Amino acid sequence: MGEKTLTRMDLSEAVFREVGLSRNESAQLVESMLQHMSDALVRGEQVKISSFGTFSVRDKSARVGRNPKTGEEVPIQPRRVLTFRPSHLMKDRVAEGNRK
Amino acid sequence: MIRSELIQKIADENPHLYQRDVERIVNTVFEEVTNAMARGDRVELRGFGAFSVKKRDARVGRNPRTGETVNVEEKHVPFFKTGKLLRDRLNGKA
Repeated sequence: MGEKTLTRMDLSEAVFREVGLSRNESAQLVESMLQHMSDALVRGEQVKISSFGTFSVRDKSARVGRNPKTGEEVPIQPRRVLTFRPSHLMKDRVAEGNRK
Repeated sequence: MIRSELIQKIADENPHLYQRDVERIVNTVFEEVTNAMARGDRVELRGFGAFSVKKRDARVGRNPRTGETVNVEEKHVPFFKTGKLLRDRLNGKA
């Protein structure tokens, strides 16, 4: 199993190789994709990328949490969380690629 | 927002690019993330989130309809953890 961590740089490098724009412009396009996706999520929209997966925002209600170390009760405020549901295609490819 | 709307937004901002190139760019980015996870790599996008692969151990499952036990093999599943900046923005803190 690979242990590498890819970053924005690797994604823009892939765009650079694929389309032949400058490295700088490729990096800006990757950034702009992430920005548009984030903005949509912050507006409360779902971001649904076919054959990749779906990002959705869920509301969590307030609850009483506990500090696992001290056992102390702490109130957890209501909050919005992001969940990612991978597509079947992604699940299959990840399962297949990592099979021993 | 769906893939085609994302492509459209990027195309609108970049009138000097052909629509088909914008499609290739967007598709390449998602493809690259999936390929990385298929190799067992992580993709860390600061401020947005990180994609990684988690191992699920083999277990004995049960067919909920028949109650029959089945052996489920070890498998790897995609996982996403939201980045701090995006998490804060979702909660109006940034």
